[in-house]
Amino acid sequence: MASISFTINEKPARVDAEADTPLLWVVREQLKLTGTKFGCGSGLCGACTVHVDGKPVRSCQTSISQVQDRKVTTIEGLSPDGQHPLQKAWVTEQVPQCGYCQSGQIMQAAALLATNKQPTREQIVEHMDGNICRCGTYPRIVRAIERAAGGRS
Amino acid sequence: MNMIDKKLVDKTMRNQSGLTRRQMLAGSAGLTFAFAFAPAMDALAQAAGGKLNAYVTIAADGAITILMPAPEMGQGVNTTLPLIIAEELDADWSKVKVAQAPVNPAYNHPVFRAQYQVASLTTRGYWMPLRTAGAQARRVLLDAAAAKWSVPVTELTTEPSTIVHAASNRKMSYGEAASLAQVTDKLPEIKPEQLKPAAQFRLLGKDVPRHDLPDKSSGKLTYASDVQVPGMLYGTIVRAPARGSGPSSFNQDEIKKLPGVVDAVAFDHAIGIVAQSVPQLFAARQKVKATWKEAKGSKIDSSRDLKEYLAAVRDTSKKGVVVRKTGEAEQALAGAAKVISAEFTSPYVYHAQMEPLSCTASVTADGVEVWAGTQWPTKSVEEAAKAAGTTPDKVKFHTLQMGGGYGRRAFVEYVTDAVLLSKAVGKPVKMVQSREDDIRVGRFRPMTAQKVDVGLDAEGKVVAWRHRLAAEPVAPYVYSQARLESDKGIDLIVIYGADMPFYDVPAHVTEHLYEDRGARVAAYRGIGAGYTNLANEAMIDEVALATGKDPLEFRLALLKDPRAKAIVSRVAEMSEWKRKQTDGRALGIAFSKLGLPPVGFSMIATVAEISADRASGKIKVHNMWSVADVGLPLQPNNVAAQIEGALIYGLSGALKEAISIKDGAVEQSNFHDYEVLRQSDIPQIQVEVVRSGDIPLPVGELAIGCTAPAVANAFMALTGKKLRDMPFSPDTVKAALKA
Repeated sequence: MASISFTINEKPARVDAEADTPLLWVVREQLKLTGTKFGCGSGLCGACTVHVDGKPVRSCQTSISQVQDRKVTTIEGLSPDGQHPLQKAWVTEQVPQCGYCQSGQIMQAAALLATNKQPTREQIVEHMDGNICRCGTYPRIVRAIERAAGGRS
Repeated sequence: MNMIDKKLVDKTMRNQSGLTRRQMLAGSAGLTFAFAFAPAMDALAQAAGGKLNAYVTIAADGAITILMPAPEMGQGVNTTLPLIIAEELDADWSKVKVAQAPVNPAYNHPVFRAQYQVASLTTRGYWMPLRTAGAQARRVLLDAAAAKWSVPVTELTTEPSTIVHAASNRKMSYGEAASLAQVTDKLPEIKPEQLKPAAQFRLLGKDVPRHDLPDKSSGKLTYASDVQVPGMLYGTIVRAPARGSGPSSFNQDEIKKLPGVVDAVAFDHAIGIVAQSVPQLFAARQKVKATWKEAKGSKIDSSRDLKEYLAAVRDTSKKGVVVRKTGEAEQALAGAAKVISAEFTSPYVYHAQMEPLSCTASVTADGVEVWAGTQWPTKSVEEAAKAAGTTPDKVKFHTLQMGGGYGRRAFVEYVTDAVLLSKAVGKPVKMVQSREDDIRVGRFRPMTAQKVDVGLDAEGKVVAWRHRLAAEPVAPYVYSQARLESDKGIDLIVIYGADMPFYDVPAHVTEHLYEDRGARVAAYRGIGAGYTNLANEAMIDEVALATGKDPLEFRLALLKDPRAKAIVSRVAEMSEWKRKQTDGRALGIAFSKLGLPPVGFSMIATVAEISADRASGKIKVHNMWSVADVGLPLQPNNVAAQIEGALIYGLSGALKEAISIKDGAVEQSNFHDYEVLRQSDIPQIQVEVVRSGDIPLPVGELAIGCTAPAVANAFMALTGKKLRDMPFSPDTVKAALKA
């Protein structure tokens, strides 16, 4: 058992867990932030994407010990009120269908726009390729990212 | 599909009218309602200021709550259905909040007589009942205003959420009218002709933003796997590789000693584990060593079985169940000047819904509380009661949204599992399943082999069409063996889509050769159309090629339905079909449809533009154009989203997906070996939604059936070679190029 201190959505947190506990389950079941989803447990689908120090990671592949003293951001912390430009664009473009993959999609996209304000379509597709959507919202995801980046009126 | 009683469908679809409570309780007109809560409604209407009927509550301040009778799996019905009510109610949509209806026969789908969401029939099925419910609630308000103003109700009109008496220049808000409303024993009778003509729709036919999308974009929506209950433990179920098997033994003592494990039990059908956290649960699950009872499915070898399926469809002395027959196809084939034949295969495919199956249950002395995303709330309640050893009235059921359905969540054994786990430990349990388990014991679209023989006369006209299909039936596992047998053994799910009502095929027979391998199967988005339409639409192109005709022209000549011809022509226009293809690309076209004779058919025509790398065998789909005729599109942008989504789902199955089973065990385990379409794989997609009438027709599965044939037909145009075996993987493509 280890005691891990970190910041989550700008608030301090401390959890007691085995050092190799996936961050995903700490976030979901200990901290009760269930916006981050479990999809595959193997880093293959992207549903569990969060930010650690602003960088997108698959929380199912990140152990809790790896976030000691780091800043973790989940979908709940992306904006206080769902008003991040991506979230607004997601609603304008009516992106989600079942919605289950969308937290991961948005977190992955947010990390892109944080470092590349005007991504090309090719850059968007390459960056987002690790996030699976079974409902087929891929085209709308791209349009929403372009909209949030200011590329669409 | 087998549950559809044609007479009931005709009656409920065309002739919805208000019934008195007594009539409803007596089950008149062949409809059975159990208004268990009805006696309380009068008191509620007065005390709570406005429960007007089973669907609509209006508070004094004008806030409107509309209940959603059906589940939601992402297709947007939980905005569309309340919108139907709001249209007839003439509600200010900005004042409407949507809440989930309880599991109660009052909210049954009129065709299925249960709260059951399959066959893309939710909107179509609830269309008339919800219009009536909205109009009824409006009538209750009008009666209240008429009484208050002492005017005839016929002099009143409405504007959004407002009652107007033009003659005396008076207005009353819905809130005020609701608090005056007398909800009596007799609900106002609304005849179909009193409903709004479609030309007057204010809300329907344009898009309103789906009300659940902000929550889905901010991580706020609670799925079954997100539920948090005080004192909750985590459970999982380990099933045998083969259906119908159960554990003979397992290392129970070892598992129980593992960190965090609360209990490990052997049920008849599976091993259950309960632990204090998910990581501890999954770690324990990994250590399970079990022996399993022999079952038929223990011998499945999908590769070997498929050869046997092919042998069966080739051997015309093997008779199957004749599903549909027009004319005398066998005879016409025997007398045909030329017969063109082709064989098609498709593997088992997995729904791959993004949320692995999950359910939370809490069994107590009083009953059981259940939280589940499910396509069959009614059955879920029944099964939960059985598993808890109680009765349905003691089940408190929360219908949550699903993280993907596609037919998988119409099979509710995961609800039973959660209840059994909770019962075993006497605590609330959230049942979660690893992705590996979700795949390994998934219920799949059955593997198929098909043979189509088309007879032509001397002029090259189609005179006969014989379609033989070998596959494990799905219907018994969805409904029951008894029901299948009572329907003359016809499994409408497996053979769905093989019919060709819009083509001029004078003699047509479809025959299902039943295989019984013991596989786990289920209805899967598009059901049979995912492979039967490949067979039919690829054959149309093959016949066109054999008779020297352009596939578009040949198809238009063979089609006899004007709606079908119109969308095929339009998609040809959109895709510039006649433009000469260069750059190693080619176009392929396919038509598909969705529905049943009593409810009507929606239709779609799709063109795919592809190129193929001959060295690697990789197909690239550059563009897809689709024209979808859905009758009355209630939310056109949402319809387009469903078409796009189904094109991608269908394309994924056509190009990438395959489950293989060896020695009775599924060989795939996660998304590295069960590959699905990703962002970089998708074509540019253009969808046109066509309105052709005043009734909304089925949408959700419509685009599935046209994807594989559009690609196969494009491949044949590009290379002259034939893609007949799904998925059209690089190996399959290379084999086709060599043939």
